[in-house]
Amino acid sequence: MGDHSHGSPENSGTVAKADDVAQDRFPDPGLPPHRPRLADRDPRAAKRHERQVALLFTISIIGTLFFFVAYFVLGRLGEMTFAELRVQNAALGLGTAFAMLGIGVGIVHWAKTLMPDHELMEMRHEIRSEEDRQDAVEIIDTVIEESGIKRRPLIRNTLIGAIALAPIPAIFMFRDLDRTGNTASQMIDSLRHTMWDKGVRLTRDPSGTPIKASDVQIGSAFHVIPEGLNEAEHPLNEKAKAVVLLMRMDPAEMQISEGRETWNVDGIVAYSKICTHVGCPIALYEQHTHHLLCPCHQSTFDLTQECKVIFGPAGHALPQLPITVDSEGYLVAQSDFHEPVGPSYWERG
Amino acid sequence: MATNEYQASTATGRIANFVDSRVGASGIVKEFGRKIFPDHWSFMFGEVAMYTFVLLLLSGTFLTFFFDPSMAHVTYNGSYVPMKGIGMSTAMASTMEISFDVRGGLFMRQVHHWSALLFVASLSVHMLRVFFTGAFRRPRELNWVVGGVLLIMGLAAGFTGYSLPDDLLSGNGLRIIDGVMKALPIVGTYLSMFFFGGEFPGDTVIPRLYSLHIMIVPAIIILLIVIHLFMVVTHKHTQYPGPGRTNDNVVGFPVGPVYAAKAGGFFFIVFGIVALIAGLFQINPVWNYGPYDPSPVSAGTQPDWYIGFVDGALRLMPGVLGNFSFEWIIPFPWGDNTLVLSVLLPALVPAGALFAVMFAWPWIERWVTKDDREHHLLDRPRNAPFRTAMGVAGVIFYSVMWAAASSDLIATHFHVALNDVTYWLRALFFLGPILGFWLTRRICLSLQRKDREIVLHGREAGIIQMSPEGGFSEKHEEIDVYKRYLLTNYVDRQYIPAQPDAAGHVSGSEKRRAALSKFFFEDRVAPVTPSELEAAHASHGHHEVEGDKQDSITK
Repeated sequence: MGDHSHGSPENSGTVAKADDVAQDRFPDPGLPPHRPRLADRDPRAAKRHERQVALLFTISIIGTLFFFVAYFVLGRLGEMTFAELRVQNAALGLGTAFAMLGIGVGIVHWAKTLMPDHELMEMRHEIRSEEDRQDAVEIIDTVIEESGIKRRPLIRNTLIGAIALAPIPAIFMFRDLDRTGNTASQMIDSLRHTMWDKGVRLTRDPSGTPIKASDVQIGSAFHVIPEGLNEAEHPLNEKAKAVVLLMRMDPAEMQISEGRETWNVDGIVAYSKICTHVGCPIALYEQHTHHLLCPCHQSTFDLTQECKVIFGPAGHALPQLPITVDSEGYLVAQSDFHEPVGPSYWERG
Repeated sequence: MATNEYQASTATGRIANFVDSRVGASGIVKEFGRKIFPDHWSFMFGEVAMYTFVLLLLSGTFLTFFFDPSMAHVTYNGSYVPMKGIGMSTAMASTMEISFDVRGGLFMRQVHHWSALLFVASLSVHMLRVFFTGAFRRPRELNWVVGGVLLIMGLAAGFTGYSLPDDLLSGNGLRIIDGVMKALPIVGTYLSMFFFGGEFPGDTVIPRLYSLHIMIVPAIIILLIVIHLFMVVTHKHTQYPGPGRTNDNVVGFPVGPVYAAKAGGFFFIVFGIVALIAGLFQINPVWNYGPYDPSPVSAGTQPDWYIGFVDGALRLMPGVLGNFSFEWIIPFPWGDNTLVLSVLLPALVPAGALFAVMFAWPWIERWVTKDDREHHLLDRPRNAPFRTAMGVAGVIFYSVMWAAASSDLIATHFHVALNDVTYWLRALFFLGPILGFWLTRRICLSLQRKDREIVLHGREAGIIQMSPEGGFSEKHEEIDVYKRYLLTNYVDRQYIPAQPDAAGHVSGSEKRRAALSKFFFEDRVAPVTPSELEAAHASHGHHEVEGDKQDSITK
């Protein structure tokens, strides 16, 4: 297959072109004869095209004027209803569209019907001539020789060392991208804690009103935040970890593992609302199957089996929040979660 | 002396002469004024990408005049009544202000968003065109790589921009990014803390994304576009094969006036179409989503289309199989660490593999075919069945993941179980590319046989003839020389068995190359040669020279 391997990455000799290969082939008949267009033969057709192009440009002018009408007449700042805004938006779009399409279609129509449509031919040139390559090599050799970088390895090696080290401070400069001033271990630690603690009341999201155990009927579900969240220093950061789903089901339907017997109140259970996959809120609760579904990637958790993953990409069960009732009958947390909430990470263990 | 220096006679001429005598514009005009560009509709996609990028710069600059990326908490008090009194970030509030209290602001937002979707779409289609026609071959391999980096930067621009309004949808997108970052072993947690300036969502990420979105990313894109176009000029454009078009020439229209008019006019057409879409079709109505809050989310959330394939891969991955969890807890001496394979595998591997093969393909093809010649004539996709089949396999691989990003919508629209959709897509993820490869190659080979058939026996004339014996047959007309040249003039790639090196030894990598070469080129259809055509004419029998006979390996 000699004729396939002219030139190789190593071989800087002449570059083979694809049709150098002589084979039993049909000869190239050359460009097909030019077919004249209507406008090439008939001056009346050419005149007609000219008028069409002018009409398209006129449409563009009308489009621009229409834009001004849409901007000034339809648009009254600060006093428009939503419906009026939509009308104005559509009018601005139509005005711009006609203004632009008029010009664009006009020019293309002009080029296609009135400008010459004879195809022309031009030869390709060599991307790099062998002569240039030799000259370039010579120049580079001279430059290297004159700089003396090859003859003086001490200079070369210290320069390499200096250049290798110099960018490293630029990387360290980014250490303070973390604005909390936390040390590495504090960062890791922060993921293990939420606002929940012994005696913190479960309150409704977003109003923050506390929930009585008697309010929670079988089959109902509450979106819950810890009491005092709205007054926290970084409410969104706290909320991103602390949101909880509260549901009540028949205690007979629940499988309870050892050590969690006291975590529910007569079948009222609280689970982290943050998906253990990549952290979307698990917003969907299917009452009759007791399944929780994450709308982002469809991880499905079974409430009867302590929110074990039964479908989808999540890798572990939702953390359960141990709850109890305080003296006034309000639901409160027994403690923080016993494991980190949300997506898994390297240090989670 | 100055007396015989050129004097222009018109005002325009004098201005032109002033500029020319100071910057030497004559040379540029001479080089480009009548430069020839081949014409084909499929060369438009790259132009669409460039023009939508110009629209992005124009509309984006307008938006920066009004947008405030701060995450400081404010209470909305603008014109959109249903949101009055709701707390949100300044970024969200200023997005609302652009939409409702800046005349034409909503239009500009929609132009910007639609242009972004079209930009990535046209980049992608342009790359498919380049791939399927073999335009990436020597000397254009580096420009293929530049194009691939442009596509990645397009995705980066899209994602950083998507997050800026800080609405519920984009906040959930950032939440997913946070989850994926945290899954990275060893560095993940710190990366996330650095990115968000502390714990998610923090109050610094939007301004940071804004700097990336309006400075670094577009600057890189502009630089890459310049390099890309510079190389296009250096290489001259490829052209489709056909009579009169050779590897040594360029046949087409001169820049002035025809090509400049068509390409320039096309910018206005693209602008007009984007304006039409932006005027009539609502996109990203942040006022319906509300501000970001970690607790609510709406069902049927979808990312912008170009991020879909990664999101879909995340959905396809099973987190647990039976009692086996893909979160691998590794017991190290210092304690347990978690390798979150359920996130890492789908987030990194499919996209990584897709881009790795894409970038490496010019070199893979050169290695397998041992073809290092310059190619300025494109392949018709059917004439490179192996490549076309690989491309289709890649497209199917991508599309299955992309479809998976809408698995919930597929389930609700077609009234099927969500779990079944996922199971089917999981199967298709592995089988789809294989089926696609096989089917595409068969179709390409059949089309090539059809071409042979047309050259050897002519085209069907649509005229039914009755023979003296009373039999009916359709008359076939011989095709003209131009058509025949198009159908017979292509690179006939063949299986190249393992070649010994200079020492007479056949290396392992050469054997692997030969195996791949056999896999690609074992089945092939050779172009009709003049002698075959002569034989067909002489015998006038229909089955003397059949396409299938050419399938055997000929060396």
